Amino acid sequence: MSNPQQLRYSKEHEWLSDAVDGASTVGITEHAANALGDVVFVQLPDVGDSVTAGETCGELESTKSVSDLYSPVSGEVTEVNEDVVNDPSLVNSAPFEGGWLFKVRVTDEPADLLSADEYTAFTAG
Amino acid sequence: MSSTELRRTALDATHRALGATMTDFAGWDMPLRYGSEREEHLAVRTRAGLFDLSHMGEITVTGPQAAELLNFALVGNIATVKPGRARYTMICREDGGILDDLIVYRLDEPGAASAHYMVVANASNAQVVLDALTERAAGFDAEVRDDRDAYALLAVQGPESPGILASLTDADLDGLKYYAGLPGTVAGVPALIARTGYTGEDGFELFVRPEHAVALWEALTKAGEGAGLIPCGLSCRDTLRLEAGMPLYGNELSTALTPFDAGLGRVVKFEKEGDFVGRAALTEAAERAATQPPRVLVGLVAEGRRVPRAGYQVVAGGEVIGEVTSGAPSPTLGRPIAMAYVDPAHAAPGTEGVGVDIRGSHEPYEVVALPFYKRQK
Repeated sequence: MSNPQQLRYSKEHEWLSDAVDGASTVGITEHAANALGDVVFVQLPDVGDSVTAGETCGELESTKSVSDLYSPVSGEVTEVNEDVVNDPSLVNSAPFEGGWLFKVRVTDEPADLLSADEYTAFTAG
Repeated sequence: MSSTELRRTALDATHRALGATMTDFAGWDMPLRYGSEREEHLAVRTRAGLFDLSHMGEITVTGPQAAELLNFALVGNIATVKPGRARYTMICREDGGILDDLIVYRLDEPGAASAHYMVVANASNAQVVLDALTERAAGFDAEVRDDRDAYALLAVQGPESPGILASLTDADLDGLKYYAGLPGTVAGVPALIARTGYTGEDGFELFVRPEHAVALWEALTKAGEGAGLIPCGLSCRDTLRLEAGMPLYGNELSTALTPFDAGLGRVVKFEKEGDFVGRAALTEAAERAATQPPRVLVGLVAEGRRVPRAGYQVVAGGEVIGEVTSGAPSPTLGRPIAMAYVDPAHAAPGTEGVGVDIRGSHEPYEVVALPFYKRQK
């Protein structure tokens, strides 16, 4: 699998895009989606919610388990992906594209987010 | 993940070459899934799936008093099992608690001088069952043998499985009924061919020597190609058995429950000859179940999409009325389902106002009769 170069990554396996029109997109990585198995339920924060870097802001449920969703950055949620709420399998089929989770106006980005190459090395180890 | 050394089946390299996600299951490193567990589940429901179940524990019981020993050690009437047939049964403690649920196959030919049984235990309980059978064999002219390492177990399950298997064997599959087994040759490999499974579909379990497992797996994979057979892991095996309403030891069954508490009192045969371990306690359990019904094992179907898990509380009117024992998203129903023990007052199908406490939120659930899924015959 290949992690897109233009994204940044958290050690909790979320990805973060550069801001477009003031908001960055957040999703989970293909590595995380594969580890979860078929995702069947996604609970996302609401638009307007404040999220905090490293803290839970939702959950992802798969056949065998439920996992917390961590926000990779702090900020305010500006949009959530209703398509993925209606069809959680998008997280598995297109984790870096149609399976994105929410958009956030970033107020604080931790300094320790990983580059694509660093994240690839992190998940290989 | 456990740090202790996991046991590997004879098909370990095959699973890794297929890219399986592996999991620690009862001390065995087993395939959880190869790709999407939902696709694997649906393959078994509509076409065919191939499983490695070599973690299951085989125990051989032979000798002139093998039947008498099993009648004493188990709750079923094993003496009535005819050659070539199998029986679902249980082994209980003296206090009636369930040690394991088992399938007993009778392997001797009709007219043989001495009976020959294979007892198949859950991987997690195989040692306990072996120890109990060995201890209970004292005074019987019978031998209990640990054959866990003598067999690999492959299963072909799903509506296409008879056709796939028929292309690899001369054995009379049409004459092989559900819960029957016969020795034969499959793809040139000696095998015990059993029409059993744990999926709610037609299918076969093939007990072979471990050194033949890879050749048989490859032959079945090739024979099943055109019919849509795919390798399937333990994840879909769990959702398949859950849809079929089949209990899993450790979830629906435990030493804290008697067969009567689990709604499976029918496996206890009081009318058989002689004493058996647990008879007195089970007689009391049967009477108790008749006069003060215990919690009842029911099916629950979600109205929403959140998935109940084992241990979650079942609630009604603000009170806890039961506990989920197994839960998963059902690929066939398209909704989360669960098995749960609930108070008798809330056990009738259609009971209103029942919910499951999913991490603090009470999600509405419909009470239904088990099983959730029954195949069309």
